[in-house]
Amino acid sequence: MFRFSKPLFVFALFFGSTVAIAFENYQGVGRPATPAEVRAWDIDVRPDFKGLPKGSGNVERGNELFEEKCASCHGTFGESNEVFTPLAGGTTRDDIKTGNVKGLSSGELPQRTTFTKVATISTVFDYIQRAMPWTAPKSLKPDEVYAILAYLLNLQEIVAGDFVLSDKNIAEVQKLLPNRNGMTTDHGMWPGAPARRGGIGNGGKPDTANKACMKNCKPEVLIGSTLPDYARTAHGELADQNRSFGPVRGTRTLGPEAAKKAADAGTLDLATKSGCMACHGMKSKIVGPGYSEVIARYKDQTDAESRLIAKVKAGGQGVWGSIPMPPNGHLKDEDIKTLVQWILSGSK
Amino acid sequence: MGDIVKQPGRLRSAPENFLSEEQVKAVGSGRRDFLRKSFLAAGAALAAPMAARAASAGDINILENPAWTTSLGLPVATNPYGMPSKYESQLLRRESPGLARVGGASVSFAPLQGLFGIITPSGLHFERHHQGWHDIDPSRHRLMVNGSDDSLLKKAKVYTLDELMRLPSVSRIHFIECGANTGLEWGNVAVPTVQYTHGMLSCSEFTGVPLKVLLEDCGVDYKKARYVLAEGADGSSMTRTIPMEMVESGEVFVAYGQNGEMLRPENGYPLRLVVPGVQGVSWVKWLRRIEVGDKPYATKDEAVHYIDLLPSGLHRQYSSIQEAKSVITTPSGGQTLLDKGFYNVSGLAWSGRGRIKQVDVSFDGGINWQTARLEGPIQNKALTRFNTNWVWDGSPAILQSRAMDETGFVQPTYGQLRKVRGTKSIYHNNAIQSWKVIESGEVSNVQVL
Ligand code: HEC
Ligand code: HEC
Repeated sequence: MFRFSKPLFVFALFFGSTVAIAFENYQGVGRPATPAEVRAWDIDVRPDFKGLPKGSGNVERGNELFEEKCASCHGTFGESNEVFTPLAGGTTRDDIKTGNVKGLSSGELPQRTTFTKVATISTVFDYIQRAMPWTAPKSLKPDEVYAILAYLLNLQEIVAGDFVLSDKNIAEVQKLLPNRNGMTTDHGMWPGAPARRGGIGNGGKPDTANKACMKNCKPEVLIGSTLPDYARTAHGELADQNRSFGPVRGTRTLGPEAAKKAADAGTLDLATKSGCMACHGMKSKIVGPGYSEVIARYKDQTDAESRLIAKVKAGGQGVWGSIPMPPNGHLKDEDIKTLVQWILSGSK
Repeated sequence: MGDIVKQPGRLRSAPENFLSEEQVKAVGSGRRDFLRKSFLAAGAALAAPMAARAASAGDINILENPAWTTSLGLPVATNPYGMPSKYESQLLRRESPGLARVGGASVSFAPLQGLFGIITPSGLHFERHHQGWHDIDPSRHRLMVNGSDDSLLKKAKVYTLDELMRLPSVSRIHFIECGANTGLEWGNVAVPTVQYTHGMLSCSEFTGVPLKVLLEDCGVDYKKARYVLAEGADGSSMTRTIPMEMVESGEVFVAYGQNGEMLRPENGYPLRLVVPGVQGVSWVKWLRRIEVGDKPYATKDEAVHYIDLLPSGLHRQYSSIQEAKSVITTPSGGQTLLDKGFYNVSGLAWSGRGRIKQVDVSFDGGINWQTARLEGPIQNKALTRFNTNWVWDGSPAILQSRAMDETGFVQPTYGQLRKVRGTKSIYHNNAIQSWKVIESGEVSNVQVL
């Protein structure tokens, strides 16, 4: 017995650990996906257009759809900065020729729009199809995505006004994107195989090389930037963002109006949590009217508060346009009252 | 700072800056009621020393037993799900005004200035949503594994949580940092506190199933399938490309547990991907699908965002690793030191390339450095807490920390980082953070080149 035990033990250990890592049969766990299930969820589109659905759409139809489903947030010409950085603008005819958006290096761009950056049109198709419109993702049919994309490409002066975008010609359009040559993967921040072994990047080589110097490391301290005054107070009362005991205190940053501001912030918080801020801006329209527009409309009406409380609770449409506000019956009556009073008192 | 009464229990008056200018004037003009009110508002912690000063025999908190020592407390399970003390209401996740335009596509920052150790309380974990968050019904949640092509996988499969939670599990502590953490500060100082400079950072113990187990259960062909696409179940159906090398190593896992309980809804309940060392956007929340493929995907958040603009006008694409970084959390910007004397200076260090090897701290803006104590065990791709002693003599100082990871990489200065990447990168700012202390004890955010 004893004579055999050592090799047996080694074998058992080896075999045992293999079993623990790669057990071959997780019996009773998982089931095959049906083809319909895979089709339902596998909607991604790659830069080589694998996964692209068949279909087509023209600029004109895209213009209509965009006006109806996208312009409220992104602006009629994809120019709006209201809910997100603009989709369109910022590139030149010359960029379309070179495939490098010049404004990116010259620092002339006020905003990096989607089309100043994107190098692959598949990305935009995939994203609109999976995530837009923001409040109703996955509601667009492939033909609608083609049409909207055709419209955006036309805004960007990449295609003409009579263009029909389809699964047949989308690869050709990709070759016209103004920033198509604008990406590099020559960096050390990809955690997989490097380019020389068929992967991406330089294999993890960092681009900075600081040294752990300990004594007299430099002759002087150069301050590049300090906190601007407006930034000191823009984040509310810092004293209230730290414990009132312990080795330090939060620095008191706000004056006597702090209390009013804090109360406003509390209501803003409530409005955010209650979902109001997804559709309403302080000043301007998102899906519903901006709060200052609401004030302007109701400022002389004494019964405005009670009417608006009822409206917010029940939802409805027609006062500001054809888009309805969903009912908010799930909220407490007193919260709706607080919110409406806050809106009418010049919400901040 | 006012002078310090050298008596036990720190019997000293509140620093003047706890009162506004007008309140100070009101006090000066004899309106003492106002002072009393503002002290009540400032909290018991300030009122107590005042009361204590009045009692010459010693601290009233010692001489007279407080109510909690002389009465019966509350029964068990008064709070079936325990909550922090009512005195802890200040440390909250907060948004940075002006950063995002709508709350559903925004960020809330973790209050690093008041946290201890390395584990982020689940309720204070930072949030980043692209299309709002949902509380998903776990009984209706599914995880699908399929191939971009039938030849990459023997069979596409669907798993329920009942099934995933039967599989062999791992529990590991890892940090998660948004690629845009400290992104507001690329060009210049922009925000006042560590919550807003570094608060898109959290660390938890996650529990789940190695992704490799699922891929092998589906019969993946590792020779052909060199990339994984992870997809979420929310409206944005967030998608990100992950290298198969990381999956094969066993470190990527499909997590359901976080700090001993299920994930929080804001953090992906009931399922999220854990991709250690890689920026948070790849840790897809509400994970519903894994696709194996032979090419990267260039999804919106790796072709329009999470790309790093260089001075040349080129963008770095698929930049994923969070390189070594550290920050002092106490004392930090927006705080005020109570007085001169001893302080335990404390902070966090982390690296997406492995373990932290050393953290050095400077009090003179980076001319001289001393090595800090690391609190162990030091774990792979996890936050590491460091501490060091400091006696503040009341003169101005600039505090910095500098991390080194096990690869020997040393966290760069702003000067070094900007030299290669400029100031418009948005992502992956791991520069050394500086906090300036002035004579009054106020600490503020500055950048040292
Ligand atoms: C209710 C407001 C809203 C509506 C309506 C809307 N979007 Fe968006 N859109 C957003 C927000 C917010 C984002 C940013 C999401 C994020 O942070 O990931 C966005 C992002 C995008 C992007 C990505 C831009 C980039 O640079 O990353 C595209 C493209 C886009 N939307 C197209 C559309 C199209 C096309 C429609 C109409 C079918 C539409 N959107 C409707 C709010 C909206
Ligand atoms: C899904 C989008 C959406 C959400 C969420 C939403 N609203 Fe509205 N809201 C609208 C629209 C659209 C209108 C315009 C309705 C109309 O034209 O009659 C509107 C109108 C209003 C008005 C003006 C009503 C009138 O008759 O003039 C108020 C006040 C208002 N909303 C408050 C709120 C508050 C408070 C909340 C959160 C509890 C909220 N809304 C949530 C879309 C929304």
